[in-house]
Amino acid sequence: MIELRNVTYSYGGGELFSEVSLQLAPGSFHFLTGPSGAGKTTLLKLCYGELVATGGEVSIFGSDTRKMNRDDVAMARRRIGVVHQDCQFLDHLPLSENVVLPLTVAGRQAEADANLKDLLAWVGLAGQAESLPPQLSGGERQRAALARAVIMSPDVVIADEPTGNIDWEMSQRLLTLLVELNKMGKAVLVATHDLNLIRAAKAQVSARILRLAGRKLQAAGAEL
Amino acid sequence: MKVRLGFLLSLLAGDPQADRAVPPTGFTARLTVFTSGAMALLAVFALAFSLATERMADRWAAELARTSTLRISAPQDQVGAQTAAAVRLLETTPGIASARALTPEEQQALLEPWFGPDLPIASLPIPQLIEIIEEGDGFDETGLRARLLAEVPGAVLDDHTRWREPLVAAAERLRLLGLAAIVLIGLSTAAMITMAAQAALAANAQVIRVLRLVGARDIYIARAFVRRFTLRALTGAAVGTAVGMAAIWFLPSADDAGSFLTGLGFQGLHWLWPLAIPPLAAVVAFMATRGAALRSLKEQS
Repeated sequence: MIELRNVTYSYGGGELFSEVSLQLAPGSFHFLTGPSGAGKTTLLKLCYGELVATGGEVSIFGSDTRKMNRDDVAMARRRIGVVHQDCQFLDHLPLSENVVLPLTVAGRQAEADANLKDLLAWVGLAGQAESLPPQLSGGERQRAALARAVIMSPDVVIADEPTGNIDWEMSQRLLTLLVELNKMGKAVLVATHDLNLIRAAKAQVSARILRLAGRKLQAAGAEL
Repeated sequence: MKVRLGFLLSLLAGDPQADRAVPPTGFTARLTVFTSGAMALLAVFALAFSLATERMADRWAAELARTSTLRISAPQDQVGAQTAAAVRLLETTPGIASARALTPEEQQALLEPWFGPDLPIASLPIPQLIEIIEEGDGFDETGLRARLLAEVPGAVLDDHTRWREPLVAAAERLRLLGLAAIVLIGLSTAAMITMAAQAALAANAQVIRVLRLVGARDIYIARAFVRRFTLRALTGAAVGTAVGMAAIWFLPSADDAGSFLTGLGFQGLHWLWPLAIPPLAAVVAFMATRGAALRSLKEQS
């Protein structure tokens, strides 16, 4: 579904990483770890078309991102759910409208009513539907972001430090949700610093753990 | 072409959901409504000015083109005879509907603006004027001059060409100035709305990022801004136009205000012209916002 082949990304005259290859197949679960500044977020952005590789090839659902226009990228994003560490929302709209936003922009508003209630219950936010995003806690915002990421039933879920701002209990809960999604056949890619989270995940799912460091992407060592 | 048309129509159609995605921005909303209103008000005045000068040019051209003046400059004892001879000659000239010697009172009235009301006209060697009203294609000027030279040696024919041409040219230039003012008003409106739209787009960069993250296409994002600014411009321009038309309506009438204001304003069907200003302002806003939104979205991608 998403494939990176010998990808290089240069930024500000320097090379952030090179010869990165990665394949997100249906039902796969990947953790991406590595030191700050290694390029994890950049690698994720390449995977959902926000950035274009400076070398190599990134293919999203069979399309080379170098040949995709902005509309093509927008259409591809409807099949990719993205959860950011800083959980970007439209702060003037209630949580319910934020969660169904992917359906709204896709002109599939009619599906919202059927999915919203179950989805909010799934992420434990059934009682917060009319709250504005600034009124939510960090954990609630992370779960709301996850609900929004999956409301279109995407083929791929990409999460960038999804547990960065929340406590361990909430991290576990979020991990459980990601594992459930993976068991539904979604490809999941999670960038995280949280090694405890990765260790906890290994008990629940067969995940491939990658480390981006020294400009290269490699399988993580035995410490995980 | 089909794609462009579809794009344009979908922008026009608007989308209440897309509207909701962008938070209301008080500053740019007020700026757009105020600018459109003020510009529409000015456009009404410029239009009234332009139409009035057009009417004035037409009137001057028509009135002066249909009349000529014959001036009899002769010794006082011959003025009466030469005037009578000239009138007889003119009355038999093809293309002349009537010829009439002005009365002393009428001649005095003509001189009154310069010499005051108590001018002793009878004691002054003032030429006798004969007003000539033309008909059909008018008279043969060369033939008439030749006949006058032979039969009324003191007569000087003035067909008003010297007066008419610069007057009509001046009125025409004033009309063009009025039209140029309307064009400038339109461009200024477009510039102000572009700036307001750019400010709104910059202020909503985070909203645009979120919309893109969830798969919104540029057209969806642009639609929210375009529809909003178009409606604001339409509202502001409607108010500005109404105020402008009311102001023109309540202008003192020509009779009350004297000849300076004669004809300034709208007459008859010309009152319909200002009604085109609000939709035109909306079109200007639509084009300006659309251009600004698409440029901005391209730069932000």
